[in-house]
Amino acid sequence: MGAEQFEQPFSEFEPRIVAFCCNWCSYAGADLAGVSRYQYPPGVRIVRVMCSGRVEPVFIFDAFKNGADGVLVTGCHPGDCHYVSGNLNAERRVENTRKALEYLGLGAGRLRLNWISASEGLKFAEVMRGFTEEIKALGPSPIKSRVGVKNPKS
Amino acid sequence: MEKVKEGEERIGVFVCRCGVNIGGVVDCDEVAGYAATLPGVVCTSVNKFTCSDSGQADIQEHIRKYNLNRVVVAACTPKTHEPTFRVCCEEAGVNQYLLEFVNIRDQCSWMHIWDPEGATKKAKDLVRMGVYRAKLLEPLEESEVAVDQNALVIGAGVAGMQAAMDLGDMGFHVYLVEKEPSIGGRMARFDKVFPTNDCSICILGPKMVEVARNENIEIMSYSEVVEVEGFVGNFEVTIEHKPRYIDIAKCTGCAQCAEKCPVEVPYDFNEGFGTRGAAYVPFPQAVPLRAVIDLENCLRSEGKECKACLKACERGAIDFSQEKKYSKVKVGVIIVAPGFVTYDPEPRNDYGYGLYDNVITTMEFERLLNAAGPTEGHVIRPSDCKEPMRLGFINCVGSRDIKTNVHCSGGVCCMFNMKNAILLKEKRPEISCYIFYMDIRASFRGYEEFYNRARELGIRFVRGRPSEVIGKENGNLVIRAEDTLKGVVRNIEVDLVILGTGIVPHSDIEKISKMLKIPRAADGLLMEAHPKLGPVDTVLGGVFVAGGASGPKDIPLAVAQGSGTASRAARLLVTGKTKIEGITAASDESCIGCGLCVDACPYGALTPDEKENRVVVVGAICKGCGTCAATCPVGAMEQRHFKTEQVEAQVKNLFALA
Repeated sequence: MGAEQFEQPFSEFEPRIVAFCCNWCSYAGADLAGVSRYQYPPGVRIVRVMCSGRVEPVFIFDAFKNGADGVLVTGCHPGDCHYVSGNLNAERRVENTRKALEYLGLGAGRLRLNWISASEGLKFAEVMRGFTEEIKALGPSPIKSRVGVKNPKS
Repeated sequence: MEKVKEGEERIGVFVCRCGVNIGGVVDCDEVAGYAATLPGVVCTSVNKFTCSDSGQADIQEHIRKYNLNRVVVAACTPKTHEPTFRVCCEEAGVNQYLLEFVNIRDQCSWMHIWDPEGATKKAKDLVRMGVYRAKLLEPLEESEVAVDQNALVIGAGVAGMQAAMDLGDMGFHVYLVEKEPSIGGRMARFDKVFPTNDCSICILGPKMVEVARNENIEIMSYSEVVEVEGFVGNFEVTIEHKPRYIDIAKCTGCAQCAEKCPVEVPYDFNEGFGTRGAAYVPFPQAVPLRAVIDLENCLRSEGKECKACLKACERGAIDFSQEKKYSKVKVGVIIVAPGFVTYDPEPRNDYGYGLYDNVITTMEFERLLNAAGPTEGHVIRPSDCKEPMRLGFINCVGSRDIKTNVHCSGGVCCMFNMKNAILLKEKRPEISCYIFYMDIRASFRGYEEFYNRARELGIRFVRGRPSEVIGKENGNLVIRAEDTLKGVVRNIEVDLVILGTGIVPHSDIEKISKMLKIPRAADGLLMEAHPKLGPVDTVLGGVFVAGGASGPKDIPLAVAQGSGTASRAARLLVTGKTKIEGITAASDESCIGCGLCVDACPYGALTPDEKENRVVVVGAICKGCGTCAATCPVGAMEQRHFKTEQVEAQVKNLFALA
């Protein structure tokens, strides 16, 4: 996939966020945010998985490679996981991946893990807004400028 | 009909306007136009309501006309509508797992109401992600499993009893598990019930007896469900039976042991008013009507050799050698009805509760009113046992309050306090009753009339949440509140204050939610599958919820839900079989037998095959979370329908606009 396919240039930097949501808690939370009309910026894309424990580091790296400025992994609260302990696997994996991102120079701050239940629509929207702001402060992912996407800050 | 090349993906994209829900924000025609340019897409269609009959017929027509082998529906949410479109595809000959659902309503148009351009751009991205994923989807088969013909009902309050009775009458064996020594739940403690003012136990008692008589119901009182394994149709349940220290077969419930027991502990059934012995019969109408010995409070637990009950029992039913026992049962369906509790004002000393003797809760007052209660129905105040002549009822204590619990108790507490005031007023018209309220919620048949009746009887309604209750030396109390209708601050002196405490989750709710994996709503109570159309279903197959555990409700609604769960459960029991998802794990020959996935699997569904030096999946146990697939270092383990390449197809097409 070539860099020329990214839409560019940005008039103002609008972070592109990918949220991996588990089917049972967080995806339902995202739906509830919609049903309740809690707004958040449209730069967010949701990828549904059955359990947050399914999210492999390679999904996260590929999301960055494909234009994401920030990645969020969301799952059920500890103890509430539909699959008993899949979310704890996710937590461990995200922690390790954050270290790798730091090492690679992207910064650990671009990857976040949040527990969002099916009843926390408001929290879902707040997390999306908050994370978008955090990524705005960090600026566009350096990978994009590396592969030729115009960085408005440079 | 168009000819299809071998192995060619032929994708149809169906964009739904959902009336104006999607169409009012997202430019659906633009989305469909864009979809048509994507590789593999052979046709697109925009419908006002894709889920409608004509919308589904449109999908099926396109499948036939264009020989589609993949369907992408861009509409609401798969959580509610995926099953609909799966059936639609199957009917037209496309395997249901070749459907890709793209959420452009709940997670797009509703999210970005004021940004139509951003929402349309996002919808296009989402559709592109869906199309690329659809290309890689593979057909899967659901497996069919038999449904065990037994049912489990957790909680024997009025909702659980109704569920058990309905299923029992249909001929299914029911295990009715109740934590307390008697069935009956909260309703057994009420004096009268609104709006008819029927005697509560007089209508509940016969029902309790009926439950006990039903030959298909096996009551397991003084027992708790401690573990649930398995899946729809095939649950294996472990039940803990607490020792009663009474031989149920010999005991007649005569209560001689209770009379002779030298111990006095606050009587829980009477909300702490009066006392009971360590040996006691829960209440006169208890089912089973058998004594129970609470060893914690028994002198024997202090090492004393008390034999009072042993001597009193003529039938020799007392047996201190009993121990905690466990039993395992197999059931096909589970009905969860653990009930609710009322808010406890003690920790925060709301309105002086716990500080002043004459501030009590509605449940306590209910027992004072009850002819079978500690005072035989004579209302007295705790500080000096005098009859109160002025009573203040405060509504919404521990509900509709940002400091404790923002949720409303569904009008139950409004009606509750009103009913108690009416009962008093009917007995003694000279008594003054004040009800402090924020809003009166009297929303079902006969309730508004009940409210009018309260006013006609001279009960005074003061609209305002009291700021404080001030205790006087003589035990009287001054309620300080702003009367928001008159715009004045009032200080009303009363003899007794009754707090209308809100409905809050039972301490067991969390345990049950974690044990069965039923999500909880914002109020902490169990969440139904759909608030409108699945009010007694849960997201789990074969598990249903009834009564106060899924939201505050009054008795008729709890009974209706009990029957509702029974009929929902019977659908599975009657057919005797059900289908389970085809989304499971599978390993291939590239497995190196490292066993990392075996440790990660929460169900023990993976077993190493020593001979082949690889790990194999036991299909029936696997629930399809995909944790193993994420763990596998060589990519030998896959989660069907969420294969690495299928998820990657979405990830690689997240933002790239072609």
